[in-house]
Amino acid sequence: MLAPALAFFGVFALLPLAGVVVLSFFAWDGLGTPSFAGLDAWVAVFQNPVTLNAMKLTFLMTALSFVVQFPLSLLLGTFMAGHQRYREAFSVLYFLPLLFSAAATGIAFKALLDPNFGLSRAFNADFLKQDWLGSPNLAFYTLIMVISWSFVPFHSLLYQAGVRQIPKSMYEAATLDGAGRTRQFFNVTLPQLKYTIVTSSTLMLVGSLTYFDLIFILTGGGPGNATRVLPLDMYLTGFRSYQMGPASVIAVILIVVGLLLSLGLNKVSGADKMESQMEGA
Amino acid sequence: MRTRNPNVLGGVLGFAWLLVIMVPIYYIVITSIRPREDYFSSNPLSLPSEFTLEPFRYVLENDFLRYFTNSVIVTVVTVVAVVVSSLMASYVIVRSRTRMARFSQRLFLMGIAIPLQATIIPIYYLIVQLGLYDTLWALILPSVAFAIPITVLILTNFLRDVPKELYESMTVDGASDMQMFRRLVLPLAKPAIVTVGIYDALQVWNGFLFPLVLTQSSEMRVLPLSLWAYQGEFTTNIPAVLAAVMLSALPILVLYIAGRRQLISGLTAGFSK
Repeated sequence: MLAPALAFFGVFALLPLAGVVVLSFFAWDGLGTPSFAGLDAWVAVFQNPVTLNAMKLTFLMTALSFVVQFPLSLLLGTFMAGHQRYREAFSVLYFLPLLFSAAATGIAFKALLDPNFGLSRAFNADFLKQDWLGSPNLAFYTLIMVISWSFVPFHSLLYQAGVRQIPKSMYEAATLDGAGRTRQFFNVTLPQLKYTIVTSSTLMLVGSLTYFDLIFILTGGGPGNATRVLPLDMYLTGFRSYQMGPASVIAVILIVVGLLLSLGLNKVSGADKMESQMEGA
Repeated sequence: MRTRNPNVLGGVLGFAWLLVIMVPIYYIVITSIRPREDYFSSNPLSLPSEFTLEPFRYVLENDFLRYFTNSVIVTVVTVVAVVVSSLMASYVIVRSRTRMARFSQRLFLMGIAIPLQATIIPIYYLIVQLGLYDTLWALILPSVAFAIPITVLILTNFLRDVPKELYESMTVDGASDMQMFRRLVLPLAKPAIVTVGIYDALQVWNGFLFPLVLTQSSEMRVLPLSLWAYQGEFTTNIPAVLAAVMLSALPILVLYIAGRRQLISGLTAGFSK
């Protein structure tokens, strides 16, 4: 009864996993037969300024989107955990971005952020009149905002569930001790959320390594290479420039960094569950 | 947990986030019912001069139903294959003490920690070699493989909580593995199957990279890819593009209204325990 699951996983996950390592030592244009090329692709990748820049951008994106998403999700999750009626109504609406696929979100924002017919025309405010996705200085930060719009709802759901599991008696005890709202948050809520924080942060950090669809649709890596992060660099190198060897090298780097990050976070937390970043959440 | 004085700061933050969330949603809805001519002349957040369903008609006339059907086929076949194979594997992992069972469990756990999308290049090679390029199978087979690790993890966690005595009493009655599976495991695991099924379905339904790389023709196009294609084709008809965006979210909206609790537990499957 193990056979079907093992067969699927073996052929379409493990075999490609080994394959990507093997292909990183080959030259292949995506059509003919791959030919052995030794370390050529590896050398090429580490000398390619575009890929090196993509590494820098990926690091920046991972760090920045964490800095934006983590406090927002934590505070919103705590807010949503309250049972006041207006908070429950808000929570129903907070969910709405999760109805849309990354492709749908990307396309909607592309229209909304259009410099001629989008938000720039909505209000007579100069700071809105920007080419949000077309300006090299702005596009990267615009992406972080759209990414947060799209993923914070998911993470705040995790925190909402986490906060609701904290025993009421702990807050009652804290109230008796004279702790106000802020002290309760830092002395009860935050420590009790330890596992939720680890889970959500792992998903956020490793997920941001694999952001692809949103960025592909919104900017395609541009303007220039201003938003060409590693997953995009892998796709463009492989399926647009037909250099499958270097693209495989980038893939191996992504896999190793992702694996180290999730194993490392598990070690730090002492959590016994391994969590997934497959969702890009 | 709430003290008596109202949390003004929390309320303000909550309301600000509501605005951030709702402006783009409002924009999508309002634009999808805006007449095409209106789009170029009016304020994008204003109410349209007249409401029209024309953008929806336009999308439906441009093969939307075909792409929708393709997405349904890929999602249903994938989810059934994932759930059946993962449930069988989970049953063995929970019940059996063999080395093979323990090895499989560790293998699937490792599969969770690896960003599998990064294997897209060899998957492309494999699919081409198998002659499956530009078929729906090209999307189904790797999607099944990618969904198995997390599905097995969630189902084994669930099946572990089933009291041993239940299995034992059936073994005493002389039930075979298959009978035990049908009469005990399947009914008991139903809530977990619903949760994990929704989770897997959303992943496949929203998936973009596989269709982008592994299919080409419009006959094999699935929804997320069709949105992208519409955007390229209807450059002067943004209301129609956003009508397609609305339509693509409709099934999930129905699920949200019909079974909010299940959808949320499906979305956060395994992560919020």
